Amino acid sequence: MASINQTGTGIRLPNFCNLGVMLRALVVVNALLAAAAILRAATLAEAWPEFMLFAALGEPILIVSLAVLCAVRRGLHAIGYWPSILAVGLFELLVAWLVARALGGVLPLRGSLTQMSFLVLFITGCTILYFDLRSRALAPAIAEARIQALQARIRPHFLYNSINAVLALMRSEPRRAERALEDMADLFRVLMADNRTLAPIGEEVELARKYLAIETLRLGDRLRISWRIEGMPRDALVPPLMLQPLVENAVYHGVEPATDGGEVAIEAGLSGGQLVIVLTNPFPGEGAHPAGNKMALANIRERLQLHFDAEASMKSEVAGGTYKVTIRMPYLTAGA
Amino acid sequence: MLGESRARRILIADDEAPARQRLRDLLDECRESFPLAIVDEARNGREALEVINREKVDIVLLDIRMPEIDGLEAARHIAGMPEPPAIIFTTAFDAYAIKAFEVNAIDYLLKPIRVERLLTALGKARAAPPVTREALEAAANQPRRHLSVHERGKIHLVAVAEILYLRAELKYVTVRTAEREFLVEESLTRLEEEFSGLFVRIHRNCLVAREAIAGFERNAEESESGWAVVIRATGEKLPVSRRQHAVVKQFR
Repeated sequence: MASINQTGTGIRLPNFCNLGVMLRALVVVNALLAAAAILRAATLAEAWPEFMLFAALGEPILIVSLAVLCAVRRGLHAIGYWPSILAVGLFELLVAWLVARALGGVLPLRGSLTQMSFLVLFITGCTILYFDLRSRALAPAIAEARIQALQARIRPHFLYNSINAVLALMRSEPRRAERALEDMADLFRVLMADNRTLAPIGEEVELARKYLAIETLRLGDRLRISWRIEGMPRDALVPPLMLQPLVENAVYHGVEPATDGGEVAIEAGLSGGQLVIVLTNPFPGEGAHPAGNKMALANIRERLQLHFDAEASMKSEVAGGTYKVTIRMPYLTAGA
Repeated sequence: MLGESRARRILIADDEAPARQRLRDLLDECRESFPLAIVDEARNGREALEVINREKVDIVLLDIRMPEIDGLEAARHIAGMPEPPAIIFTTAFDAYAIKAFEVNAIDYLLKPIRVERLLTALGKARAAPPVTREALEAAANQPRRHLSVHERGKIHLVAVAEILYLRAELKYVTVRTAEREFLVEESLTRLEEEFSGLFVRIHRNCLVAREAIAGFERNAEESESGWAVVIRATGEKLPVSRRQHAVVKQFR
């Protein structure tokens, strides 16, 4: 999980391997360097060469730091928040000193070592503070997402219709009724669980299958399902409850509005080192259920962003009577 | 024999097979205290209307959410019949419809349905007057996809998308499609409100489908504004009134 705490409500250092985090760090550090350059220069025109000087020293420090912090992030997380901040501070001083020594001959460096140390610690502190505030701001969004899971992911419409379908089966096919109730129990167990940590996509697929089994009970042969997931690594980590709401959307908007039903196709696999999930369903256009759809998609998009920042994307499109959702995200596993 | 003749003829309309099965089971349980016969089952509003055209039906158990023609639209067509069957709406969950039903005092059953509630609703359906067209119109949150023409106790559906224009004449509104004309008992103002966006008023007594407008022609003799709308598919020319002259500019 990227910049989000996994245990309790504590905040921890961001995942420095994440592209989004790197970009944010780059922007924050350079903004501070620019500010320092402007303050130091006598006139605004002189600020530019001053900034170049800062950047020549600052950029190598930043790049080395990000690379090392990315490599040792597990160790940092293990020692706790405050010790890890202290460690990062000391580490930055060391990197700054090494870089200054290495470039000292080439660059006309001014100011004492103390001044440089102060600047390095100040910038490090500001950057960490920024990430701290950012994850604090996002933490309620995750709690919110959980509440929405109960309210929006499983439509009440689905719950009551499923119970109705099970009741219908009780007398004629008690075995199938039992099976359906078991599937529903599993589905709701996941819905009620703490869904803040990433889950293997294999589990997501199982959940979607159980959901579809219940829907098949209701809709019979109106619902046709096609899975194309041979190339999918089952251990890939994804935000939990991502697939099931998408499948539910596909059934609700694509299959139910047609008397003859339609096909929901789910594809998942790796492409260029990324996990790609594609969902398609018929798009009836006229007579489609109003609203609802956008909310579920917005919720998934938000969670993708919380977990993967800029490295994940989701797009939906309508083409030739088909509605298609494509999700791309980094291929992460629990071991990596 | 007397009991047979009094048996209520019931139609079950629901798009989900298990839901229909469940209603059958429940109706079987009601049989003892409420003589009834299940006429047929329908999977959507269109099929329900077909059954009603074909058979004598006293009570329709009508699911709200169904493909093609939903329960509310089907009910609005049914309510226009001279002797409409009683309608009992069923729904699993539909926040909007339920609220609208409460406001307009329309009875409904929540799925899963209890046999006691079903029995009460059946009893009420026999005694109470049928749901009015006005109440259904007020409860519906979207325009119909069809207009219904009632001829000799049967319901004909005309898809709104196929209508070229609507013209008011005395008590009726003439509905014109590429193939033929129909008469419906509706008010032009109401139709204009319901299908706003799809139709444009060109005259006090005439609404033209935007899609059906092929162009405009100068027509000084017959029209007050000097313009006439040319209808696609039939080539008819309908006069534009002076008050609606702005329409011409809007399209040109």
